[in-house]
Amino acid sequence: MFKINHGQEVYIVDGNRTPFLKARGKPGPFAAADLGVYAARELFTRLPLAPNQVGEVIAGCMIPSPDEANIARIIGLRLGCGKTVPGYTVQRNCASGMQALDCAFKDLKLGRHETVLAGGAEAMSRAPLIFNDKMVNWFADWMGAKSIGQRLKLITKIRPSQFVPIISLLRGLRDPVIGLSMGQTAENIAHRFNITREEMDEFALQSHARLAKAIDSGYFKNIITPIFDSKGQVYEVDDGLRRDSDMQKMAKLKPFFDKKYGLVTAANSSQVTDGAAFMLLASEAGVKKYNLPVLAKIVDVEWAGVAPEVMGMGPAHVVPPLLTRHNLKLSDIDYMEINEAFASQVLGCLRAWESDDYCRSELGLKEALGSMPLDRLNVDGGAVAIGHPVGASGARIVLQLVSILRRTQSKRGIATICIGGGQAGAVLIEI
Amino acid sequence: MTEYNHWQIEKNKSGIVWLLFNRQGLGVNTFNVEALTEFDKILDRIYNDKDCMGVIIGSAKKASFIAGADIEQFIKVKDEAEAYEFIKKAHDIFNKLEALKVPTVAMINGVCLGGGTEMALSCNYRVMVSDEPKAKIGLPEIMLGIFPGWGGSVRLPRLIGSISAMDLMLTGRAIDAKKAERVGMIDVAVPARHLKRAAEAYIVTKPAKHKPSNIQKLTNAEGVRKILASKMRKQVASNKVSQVHYPAPYALIANWEKYGVSNKAFEGEARAVSSLVVGSTAQNLIRVFFLQQRLKGMGKGVNFKVKHVHVIGAGTMGGDIAAWCALQGMTVTLQDREAKFIAPAIKRAAKLYEGKLKKPELVQEVLDRLIPDVQGNGVKQADLVIEAIFEDLKVKQALFKDLEVKMKPGAVMATNTSSIPLDEINQVLNHPERLVGIHFFNPVAKMPLVEIVYGQKTDETVKQHAIAFVRAIDRLPLPVKSEPGFLVNRILMPYLLESLNLYQEGVSPTLIDKAAVKFGMPMGPVELADKVGLDVCLHVAKNLSIYFGTEVPEFLEKKVAAGELGVKSGKGFYQYSAKGKPIKPEIKGVLKLTEQEIADRLILRYLNEAAACLREGIVEDSDLLDAGMIFGTGFAPFRGGPMHYAKQEGFEVIANKLKEFETRFSKYFKPDSEWQVLINKNE
Repeated sequence: MFKINHGQEVYIVDGNRTPFLKARGKPGPFAAADLGVYAARELFTRLPLAPNQVGEVIAGCMIPSPDEANIARIIGLRLGCGKTVPGYTVQRNCASGMQALDCAFKDLKLGRHETVLAGGAEAMSRAPLIFNDKMVNWFADWMGAKSIGQRLKLITKIRPSQFVPIISLLRGLRDPVIGLSMGQTAENIAHRFNITREEMDEFALQSHARLAKAIDSGYFKNIITPIFDSKGQVYEVDDGLRRDSDMQKMAKLKPFFDKKYGLVTAANSSQVTDGAAFMLLASEAGVKKYNLPVLAKIVDVEWAGVAPEVMGMGPAHVVPPLLTRHNLKLSDIDYMEINEAFASQVLGCLRAWESDDYCRSELGLKEALGSMPLDRLNVDGGAVAIGHPVGASGARIVLQLVSILRRTQSKRGIATICIGGGQAGAVLIEI
Repeated sequence: MTEYNHWQIEKNKSGIVWLLFNRQGLGVNTFNVEALTEFDKILDRIYNDKDCMGVIIGSAKKASFIAGADIEQFIKVKDEAEAYEFIKKAHDIFNKLEALKVPTVAMINGVCLGGGTEMALSCNYRVMVSDEPKAKIGLPEIMLGIFPGWGGSVRLPRLIGSISAMDLMLTGRAIDAKKAERVGMIDVAVPARHLKRAAEAYIVTKPAKHKPSNIQKLTNAEGVRKILASKMRKQVASNKVSQVHYPAPYALIANWEKYGVSNKAFEGEARAVSSLVVGSTAQNLIRVFFLQQRLKGMGKGVNFKVKHVHVIGAGTMGGDIAAWCALQGMTVTLQDREAKFIAPAIKRAAKLYEGKLKKPELVQEVLDRLIPDVQGNGVKQADLVIEAIFEDLKVKQALFKDLEVKMKPGAVMATNTSSIPLDEINQVLNHPERLVGIHFFNPVAKMPLVEIVYGQKTDETVKQHAIAFVRAIDRLPLPVKSEPGFLVNRILMPYLLESLNLYQEGVSPTLIDKAAVKFGMPMGPVELADKVGLDVCLHVAKNLSIYFGTEVPEFLEKKVAAGELGVKSGKGFYQYSAKGKPIKPEIKGVLKLTEQEIADRLILRYLNEAAACLREGIVEDSDLLDAGMIFGTGFAPFRGGPMHYAKQEGFEVIANKLKEFETRFSKYFKPDSEWQVLINKNE
């Protein structure tokens, strides 16, 4: 295990996000870049820092539209950062937004920049439909055809199967190495830890209840900006929230991924959602230079790999080394965010930490890590209720953690997220 | 080489002469006598140059070609004969250009208007820049009460047929390079990076000159002209342009109808235009042009840049002010109590930008700068904060008291109030000198005038900063004293009230409006009241009645109470169709008053209030008053403004008529004491 690099301290100056908007079968009202711009521009109205004083823009985004190559650059230019402020886009699947924060963290530690705008944006509802190979080949022949005769002949070769599109969103949510969908990896975890359907549904219901309370209590007032479209619509809250749900309704849902005997349903999984979250990070030097306020300190970041078949177990593996490196116990963590890709996967991680057997054999610890009580975990709701725009979630959970720590006047927290393909990331925050 | 004051000339190795217009001492190129004379000499030189392979005429000014003739020349013209001489001279020069044996190219790198366009039309080819946002080509002479007089009225229809050509000249509309290429006015539109190469290519390859299609040619044929001309006249008349007030479009059509595009048409053009230019319409419109220049010149040299505007109140006015500022390049934060109050403003802004900018990426750029700001974060960063909330003294006072603490030092603190005196609002402030009024008119995107309202305490620097801001958003600033109604609304109100008096006396609203329009108003007072909203009118009228003791007709209050608010409620004085068009009842019965008397009553009250404003020094001088009423309310521009009109009619005549009307109709016609001052001054 590496030692901590005592470079410059890195601070979270401010953060903001858009409401997360549930994908409803059609392309949503905003492109990923729109969401990124609307989340970030609010920061510059609050801070004594102009967009062109930012050192770099880093954005996580998994499914940018064809018009959004290197979306970080697009967001930077649209914010008015100017041509001289560079920007790059990062991908680490479901943790892309957290990866952006880590890249900023490292650059600031090294002193390459004094301020970095980092976060993520995703419009999952706008994931494209792709022509299949048959159609692509047919198009190539069409473009190459030299005579009307050849073209007529090609027309006779059109088959209905050519028009079956590839739904890129579904492909993205399927692991190409092992051939399992993300939901099926969640089924694996439920099976391994004997997690019941009721337990998952209860957890999901709690996520909704907590989100409802957070919204009603105004907890998000300073971290969510309303966004407006050109048709006069305003979007103010996370619209995936279901206030009317109960265990009976939850129980009625059919399993979505393993159709007949499965346990994982749409209701106990995270939602497919559009949204963006951005933070302004600054080094000590940057904070002094621009006289910036500080919300929290990023102490450290850790990444880990696990078997793709149980990708949701990532957080169980990434947190222990982070704690060890800082001589911390689970009980030292006041609040934790584990991104709710699936209810089963969060519950699985908690069980793993409570299991001597798992901690010894899989994590190389002497005994069980301990318990993370639910009243310190995802207390303002999680991705099951809020949604999981993959580029943004990693930044969203860090933002939410900071907001919780400050509200409760607590000291320390960890935000961790599992990653399709079998990884996880974790950020250790102190106030 | 400095042989010429206004032209740079250089021949390259291949024998191509590059001739660049560089009007000395001015930022843009315009033709005055000297520049034209030099051009003439250069043409002679080229004619005699046996090695010359071709001529490219361009501009040494960045992104601007030729803005036309120097309008200063037009007011100096003594009489029709002198005007005719000047025009003939230009004709000879452009004919000379057209007759050169070598190929000629106009290389249009930016704005190309009037005489510049006519010069370009005399070249063999025209290449124009396509990616310069402000680059437009057109013949706007009609707006000055004349029509293209340097051969343009003949060459353009000759080149592209009469349908497009006459439309462009009758509307005076300038078009961008893509559109100009489509109609055939230019040969090719290219990005700036290819402009020079494209110009050279035309000299080297000498392609066939642009010709109108057969159908376009047919539109200039004799029999066809008669039919088209009558259509054009109807079209012009349907836009409320009467031949008495605006003779130029009719003269243009007549010349074309008579001579077509034959060589005889040039002589007709010279005769007609020289007669128009000395006429009162053209002279008054030229006056209006210079009034506009004067307002545009305000705030020059003031060192104050606004990058960020914060607007409080996202209603019609606030939202539209915010949208306009963002369109003009500023970062704007728009505040209201809740997000839902801002949403309609964003929708309207998007619609405005889509109409103005067309390209989605440009629309997006501006929308990105228009930032809804429920929490009011923008206040402490903005260089200018403007308030456009409802008209309530106490609420405004509380707001500014709060703003005063939060705003950054040096930022302008402005109110868009239309009725509350500044010296009442600023009473609660630690620094009352910081408050200035920036009063926009509705709709913001269409009304060029903005009143800069200063109270007794307003600091001169703050006032200058407000003026500089208004210029930076391409509006016309008019400094006015903070007296009730300021200038525009105050003068308009008696005129509107008089129309209500007439209505009450039983005069048909249709007739009232007809009389006003006949005088030259863009819209009659009854229709205007309906459009502004009777509730708004009532509010302003009541407010002003406190100060001026005017009576507000009772039936107006009744109408408002009954929900008859004008266009917005579907019924006011008129009924409105679903599309918002008034259904005007027919004029019936015996007329108690003649149309002339009706017009006189309306206009005399207007003029009398204008005189009062002059006396009170609401604006600095009568020219500014005229500018305010023309750009703020569209007062008949061909009359040169209300005070100019009064002067033309004779101040004494006006004063006597007022006296007469005072006895005949009401006390409100009592001539203001200012008239005597004006009469004395004039003697």
